[in-house]
Parts: sequence; structure tokens; C-alpha cells
Amino acid sequence: MTTRVVITGTGWVTPLGSEIETVWARLLKGESGIGPVSHFDASTSATSFASQVKGFELARFLKDVSPHEMASIGTKYALGAAAQAWKQSGLADAKVERRRFGIYLGSGEGQLDYDNFLASNLAGWTAESRSVDGRKWAEHALSTMTAVREIEQEPNLAMSHVAAEFGCRGPAFNCMTACAASTQAIGEAFEIIRRGDADVMFAGGSHSMIHLLGMTGFVRLTAMSQRRDTPQTAARPFDQTRDGFVMGEGAGMIVLESLEHAKKRGAKIIAELAGYGSTADAFRITDIQPDGRGATGAMAQALKQAGVSPREAGPDGRPPVHYISAHGTGTKENDKIETAAVKALFGPLAPKIPFSSVKSMLGHLIQAAGAVELITCIKAIETGIVPPTMNLKTPDPACDLDYVPNAPRDLNAEGGVELCLSNSFGFGGQNDTVAVRKYRD
Amino acid sequence: MPRRVVITGIGVVSPLGIGHGALWEGLNAGRSAFAKPTIFDSSGFATKLAGQLPAEFSAKDYVPKSYRKAVKVMARDSEIAVAVAKLATEDAGLVTRGTLDGAPGTPTYPSERMGCQIGAGLINAETDELTSALATSTDEKGAFDYRKWGTVDGGGGGMNNLQPLWMLKYLPNMLACHVTIIHGCEGPSNTITCAEASGLLCMGEATRVIQRDAADICYAGGCESKVNLMGTLRWTLLNRLAPCAETENPASIVRPFDPDASGTILGEGGGLVVLEEREKAVARGANVYAEVVGFGAAHSPPPAYEAIRTKQNASGDDKPGDGPRFAIEAALAEAGIGIGEIDAIVPTGSGIPNADSDEAAGLRAVFGRKLADIPLVTITPAIGQSVAGHAGWQLAAAALAIKHQRLPASLNAGAPPADLRSGAASAKPAKLRHVLVVSCALGGQNAAAVLRQS
Repeated sequence: MTTRVVITGTGWVTPLGSEIETVWARLLKGESGIGPVSHFDASTSATSFASQVKGFELARFLKDVSPHEMASIGTKYALGAAAQAWKQSGLADAKVERRRFGIYLGSGEGQLDYDNFLASNLAGWTAESRSVDGRKWAEHALSTMTAVREIEQEPNLAMSHVAAEFGCRGPAFNCMTACAASTQAIGEAFEIIRRGDADVMFAGGSHSMIHLLGMTGFVRLTAMSQRRDTPQTAARPFDQTRDGFVMGEGAGMIVLESLEHAKKRGAKIIAELAGYGSTADAFRITDIQPDGRGATGAMAQALKQAGVSPREAGPDGRPPVHYISAHGTGTKENDKIETAAVKALFGPLAPKIPFSSVKSMLGHLIQAAGAVELITCIKAIETGIVPPTMNLKTPDPACDLDYVPNAPRDLNAEGGVELCLSNSFGFGGQNDTVAVRKYRD
Repeated sequence: MPRRVVITGIGVVSPLGIGHGALWEGLNAGRSAFAKPTIFDSSGFATKLAGQLPAEFSAKDYVPKSYRKAVKVMARDSEIAVAVAKLATEDAGLVTRGTLDGAPGTPTYPSERMGCQIGAGLINAETDELTSALATSTDEKGAFDYRKWGTVDGGGGGMNNLQPLWMLKYLPNMLACHVTIIHGCEGPSNTITCAEASGLLCMGEATRVIQRDAADICYAGGCESKVNLMGTLRWTLLNRLAPCAETENPASIVRPFDPDASGTILGEGGGLVVLEEREKAVARGANVYAEVVGFGAAHSPPPAYEAIRTKQNASGDDKPGDGPRFAIEAALAEAGIGIGEIDAIVPTGSGIPNADSDEAAGLRAVFGRKLADIPLVTITPAIGQSVAGHAGWQLAAAALAIKHQRLPASLNAGAPPADLRSGAASAKPAKLRHVLVVSCALGGQNAAAVLRQS
């Protein structure tokens, strides 16, 4: 008898808000979180807009924020999302054995101490030799940079803060597999509970790359949209006119628990995590396998673990999966190949599966994207409504599936939403998919 | 019947040299490899020495001809990763896409049965490369001017001085990305970023991947280089490095578990082991170094970070050393052995008092009075602390000690407490059936693994 794993808490910090219900309502209305970058002066950048978190205050979520004041912004988002998930889970009132309570995050790095970092580099710069004088650099850096600002950039610090706040003393991991990271974290946390190494896991991720070199890196790769005049509609997954993703930021966090543990403490079970698949493209550093086989493999593994055959319709004639949350970045390559991967797996049933990208509204939360998108799947199961792909006005012949264009869809008349897949694919060829299912005893 | 996992290959580069032979020989001889680095100028820091890789190290020697062009988008951390992956592949006697390099032949394992878990750190942008671009975008006072950086609306286009793929050099998952491309690993891949614990956490996860039948073979370990300005700066600010002059005797600087130790030295490098499902390894006649029989991981209040350490212990439940203790106890329980069956321990032992004391507390909590009987294999006095790469070295040392039934020499100019057998000692033969590897990170992540003689 394998251990079943359920979700008992959810929380997120997103460009459309930091509360589950309000963000969900805004997603169903098709709102956009995108606007001009205000975190730094990006006014002359080919991409000068992003999907920023607005009005976030950690004090709304935690009584004592003092240990976290110097944390990076991504860590603060992680804490905000974790606090929501913790509250919903009701674990505060349960006696969780601390070493059976672990954490697996896919959190990204914090931001450089830009003022002092840039100044140190320039202080050491020697134009004649086109190199940095190490002694001058060190002198400037040692007198201006601080230990706390530097340590808080380490990617394992988000989990250190979350574990501090909520008392996780079990297995603890942080992965950085680019845009796939938080889906991978959730999948691996699921495996940790399945094999009995923990009873409860915090899982998810956080990230903000809306800073000078983060944005620069993607501009140089020409991976981001450059629609400076119409940023609100710049994220156009699956549309013929798509020209790249829009950078977002935020965090998503869930509480995973063995079914037995959740039942024993009388927890309210939100959904069941039913499967996880993970593959590598092993192809090229910049490109996806053209046949999408890495993505197909990740989805196939997740479905197999969920005990579902991709090409068998249910007795009601519906496809075996009722919703797929697409990676759907809005880059030319991703959307075309992800479409091909879904078709390769589901065959004739593929066009019948609602398959949308909330990145059209939230932008791309990079390492946090997968966790936030999984929560949209959980809401779809709970409400029977799937969120739309906005800004999909011009069909692309290479993208010919049902992307739920421009308006949400209520599936309650057909029987609601039982099983969803959430896809995340990362630069470097990481492919991760999780399957989430309506909980039934 | 649960699937069993064995180590069939070791690839390592360290300041002692290229390959596990150089590491083992140097550790046995009791040599310390610290010297004044030539890849960056350490003169502005109190710590003048570092553990740099030998000057002849060149990534080009380790990538297939068909992949040579990619070397220009590899940070040093990725160069180390592709090197140790090649060394591990050869050591394990594997045929892969990389060893074939377009020649006819069949890889030992199909792509989808090959995984890759490589621990990595935050990769620092090369200072000269980045600054040469930044320097094009300054105001009249010489400060960085954000508006000059962009390319439109009056921008001066400064960012165009960075190569288009610039960012791809610095994503931590590029280590695994290059290795999976070279060797054709299409199975589960991961990049754990938990500082010193990264490599051992990766080994644990790779073990689970094979146990759950998601792959038959995995490259597992970690690689990192902080032997650069930014790495040295950060560890200097964190008070983790031993101040030392260029003329200091390298062998006397790092003193694991000595309460009066002055800090560690940064080394660069790392290691990957080839983990393989046991029956398949035996069937192909592979050389087996050891079996992975237990793994555990746990979180604890970060030993070196007071702000969150205090908060974490608000409940008063946490005892010093709980993190390593929980990880070790889980690993021993899985191995099904008692504390009397551990014949040697390869600890983190960085020579940083507040980190070492937490690790020591964990060891004491598990082993009690028995601890004084168990030799500790500390490698930092010889090769330094390579952070995400460190457990790659530790795993190599543990597996080689089991293979050779021998304890390497122990360097320690300090005075560790009597119950921690990490003082100076010569190399000697030893009966080693079980070796425990422990890895504790600055952020509070801990991992432990038990290796068994096969």
C-alpha cells in the first residue's frame, strides 16, 4: 500500500495580490499584473515592464517580522506565502513531530547589493588593462558591503527563514532548476512523504529577478516581450504575435501531508497530489528538444503515477485530464513545442483538454511559477472553473489546442474538474509535471 | 525487494590534482595544497591563500570535440562539473553519448534511465567581463548610470557589451545542463543549492531516484569555485576564513574542531560519483567502491546566523547539533546499524568554530562516549572548503577509504577536544566496513549518508 499525499494548505504572493481568493477572482476576470518596472530604472531597456508584486507587507502575515527584516525580497514573499499555507493547514494547533516536518523549496537567489556591488566593480576598473584591480575592488567592497546583505542572497536562505518561523526540522532541500524549480520541489517533497521520510512538508518556491542583471540577462537572450507600448497585453501565450515572456515575481507555497497524518489530526483536505514526473532534455543549452519528448515524458510519468492512461476517455466521454496548466511562457519555441508534447501524449483527446496559461496575466514568476500555477489547478478543482489564456487573439497554426482563450470556463455542467496537470520547463532542459486530483476518501 | 544502490565511479578535481588518484595520494601523504591563487588577486583580503586547481586544468580537455564550442559559455563551476563527469564516467567504465562523441556504439544505459543531480552554488559573474560592460555606462562622476545601460529611449546600449548568452553562464543548473547534454542523461535531473550540504543532498536524492526506479544510474555530487573576488569577499564578511599571509605554512592553517581555530580556506573543485542500481552494476561487471545503505537530511537553526538562530530556538526545543543528529540518526536507521558499527566518519569539519561546534554536538548526541573510538577523516586542512563541491570530495574520500581499507593522513595543527579523533595522524590501514559522511551547511541544512563495503 503506497502512501497517499494530500494538500492541506496553500498560499501565494503574486502580482495580482497576496490572498488566495482575491487573486483567483482577478484571474477569472482576466486581469493583468503587468506594468512599468519600478524596482529600478529600466526605462531605456528594450523590456521596460514587468509583473511586479504590489503593496506587499510581511507584517500582514507575521506577528514578529524582526528576524526577517534583512531578508531578500524573494524570501519575504516566501514567508508571506508560507504563512497563508500554514494558517489554512491548521498545523499550528496540531502537534507535528518537528523532525517529521520537512521543507523543499525551489527558491531563487536574492538580489545583489547593487549600489555597493556596482560601485566596487567600477572602483576597481582599470581601463588601460581592461580588468578590475583586485586590491582596489576588495578595499571598496570590504568597506561598503555587509555580511547580512551577502548571506541573504544565498538561495538556501529562504528555507532557513521559513523553517525558522514554522519549525521544520525534517528533510530540507532547495533546488534551482530555473523555471521548473518549484514544480520540481513539490514533486520531490511528494516523493519524500511517499517513501516515509517525513509526514509533512512545506513545498514551493519564491523568486524575484526584477533587478538590473536579472532583466539584462533575459533581454540579451531576447527571451522577453518588447511590447513597451502595450505592456498589459504583452504576455500572449499561444498567440501568433507572441514575442517572449513577461517577467514576474512572487512565491507559492503548499503544505503536503501524508493522508494518514492529515486524517489523524482531522485536517481539511484540499486536494490530493497524485503524480510527479521529471526529465531532462539533454539537448542544447538554449533550445528545447524539437519533438518535445522531455515534456511528454514528464507528463506521462506524472499520469502513470496517478494511475491514468492518457488516451483513455472516461465513461462520460471526457478526457482523462480535465485541465492542464501550461508552462505557456509566450516564447515562440516553448508554446509550439509544449503544444506538440501534449498532442503526442494525449493523441486524439488532446484538443478536448482545456490547456491555459495564467502567465498571460501574472507574467512568469520564474522559480516561483510552478507552485503558483499548481495552486490555480487546486482552485480549478475546487470551483470547477478553469482560468483563461488572455491576449489570445490571433491563432497560430502551430498552436491548435484548446487554450481557453480570453475568458474562464465553467466546467461544472460537464462534471467539474477531477484531475489536472501542471507543467514547468526550465532553461537548461528541466521538465517537471505534477498531477493534482480532487480528494476522495 | 527494494532496489539497492552502489558507487561504481568517482570523478574528482581538487587542489591536490586531477582525478581521485591525485586526491588519495595527496591525502595519504598529508599534503596541503594551499597557495597564493593566480586566477584572482587575493592581496586585498586578510586571507591570502586559497586552494586553487592545478594550473593545467582546462575544461577543453574534458568535453567531446562536438561540444567544444560550449566551453565559452561555461563558468568555472560548470568547467569543473564537465571535468568530473568525464572522470567519473571513465572510472565507472561507462559508454555514454559523450564517450562515443559521434562514433558508432551503444551507450551502457539508455538515455531515459540516466539521471544527474549536481549540487551548485551561486555562481559569481566574472568581474572583468561584467565590469567591462558596466564601465561603458557611467555618469560624469563615474557612478553607474542605469539609463545608459539600456538600448532604447536615449539609452547608450551598455548592456550590449555582454554576450547574448551571458546569463546562461551563471544559472546554477547549467552544471547539470552541460553534463546531461554531454552524456545524454534524459532521466531525472536536479540542482540542489544548499551550500555545503548540496553535494550530499544530491547524492541522497539520486539514491532515491534509483531506488524508486526512475533511473538506473545517476551522476551525483557537487562542484563549485568560490576562489574569486566575490566568493572571498562574502566568506571574509561572514568571518569564515582564516587570515593568513602568503608565507604561512599551508598545513597548519585549517584546524577542524579546534575551538580556537581561526577559520577555513576556500578550495575549488568538486566531485561526482556514479551511482548505479546494484544488480545492473554487478551484471556488467562494474568495479563497486561501496554501497549506499543509508541517507538522512534535517534542518536546524543556522549555526552562523544569529538573527534567525535565535528566532528558530524561540520554543527552546532546539538543542545544539540537532540538525546533524537528526540526519545521522535517519541514515543509521535506514542502514539498520548501531553506532558501534560505524568505523570512520568523514565530517564537514571546516575549521570554523561555530559551524564545527554544531557538527560536533550532533556527533556527540548520536555517538556519545563511543565517538572517541571513531576516527574522523577531515579533508579541509589539505584542500579547503569548496562549499557545494565539498561533499563530492567527502564522498570520494569515504569511498576510496573503504576501497583501500585505509585511513588517509590527518592534518591538524590545532587541539581538537579529546572525544573528536581529528588530530594529526599518519595514514594507516584500517578495517572499514561502514563509513559515515556528514555535511552541514551554513543555512542550517544537514545531510548524512552511510556507505558500506561491498
